[in-house]
Order: sequence, then structure tokens, then C-alpha cells
Amino acid sequence: MSVLAAILIVTGVFFFTTATIGLLRFPDFYTRMHATGKGDTLGAFLILTGLALYNLHHGFSVDAILVSIKVMFIALFIFIANPTATHAITKAGLDCNVKPWEKKETSR
Amino acid sequence: MESFFIYIAMFLCLLVMLALYRGIIGPTVLDRIISISAIGTKTTIILALMGFIYKRSDMFLDIALAYALLNFIATIAAAKFFRRRKSILPGAKYIKYKGVE
Repeated sequence: MSVLAAILIVTGVFFFTTATIGLLRFPDFYTRMHATGKGDTLGAFLILTGLALYNLHHGFSVDAILVSIKVMFIALFIFIANPTATHAITKAGLDCNVKPWEKKETSR
Repeated sequence: MESFFIYIAMFLCLLVMLALYRGIIGPTVLDRIISISAIGTKTTIILALMGFIYKRSDMFLDIALAYALLNFIATIAAAKFFRRRKSILPGAKYIKYKGVE
């Protein structure tokens, strides 16, 4: 169970890294939102699931199960709240007429 | 396993620094808001990891939950506040001051 938790945590860190690279490298506000809105959500969910699994590796006592349930509550809350926040920010940008990025035409 | 958690938390701190770079130089206000939201998500994860490092996870998980709630509410409030405002665009304030002078 500990190895499975480590694999889940490393996968989550990979998603966090890709989300941060997308936040730094993408050319536009909407594309940055696309990168960080999904990568952060999935990364947080994977890392918290890994922590909840790691918490149970000593055995299934009542305290350990309660702490794991609390971790999964945080994961569920982030899984619901983060896309909602992303949607709200994108709507604010769309109402302010922020221009989407377009590829420049190459002159031949 | 604790040293593994410490390394993961250090790497997440590095990612927080990288996201803060976008928050400082971001052209529009919305870029800064996304950056702060991403930093808040990473901070929630770092707090949960700290609970497992110090073996006080029942206390640190409450702090992480409160931080996740505050991060969500702050992002929603900032998005509502900057809706339909022209000051969201880069250099808007500068142009306005130049017009005044």
C-alpha cells in the first residue's frame, strides 16, 4: 500500500509540474487557464488520494480511517471547487473582452 | 517515507516559486489571479504533507481544509470584483494617467 501511495504522489507531482510549466509558457490568458485549471485539480486529487492510502498502512484503526476520510473530503472539495473557480475567472475575462491569442500568419 | 514527503514538499515549494514568477510579471490581472489560485492549491497540499511529516495530521488537515475554503472564496470574490472592469487589461492605468497629464 505504501508503494502504491508513492506512485500516486509522484504522478500527482508530475501533473503539478506540467501545470506550472503551462502556466509559465503558454502565450495567452485562456491557454494558461486551460493548463492550470485541469493539471492542478488532477494533481491535488492524486496526491491527496496517495496520502489517504499511506495513512492506512499501519492498519485500519478508527483514528486512521477518520483521518483518511478527512483527506478525501479535502480532495473532493478541491475537485469540485477548483473547476468552479476556473470557470468564474474565465467568465470574468470573457466579459472584459480579453482577446484570445491567435497564431500569427507567417509571411511567405 | 518521511524524507520522501520532505522532498516532495521541497519540490512543491520550487513550483510555488515558479508560479509566483507568473504572478509578478503577468500581463493582465487575471493572470495574477490564476497564479494565486494555483499557489493556494499547492499550499493546501504542502500543509497536508506537513501533517504527515510531523505526525500531527489531524491538526494540519483542519488547517489545510480551511486554507482550501479560503482559497476558493478569495478566487471567486476576485473574479466577481474584476468582472466588467477595464482595468483588467495590461497598461490600462498607465494610459489613463498619461491621458490625464
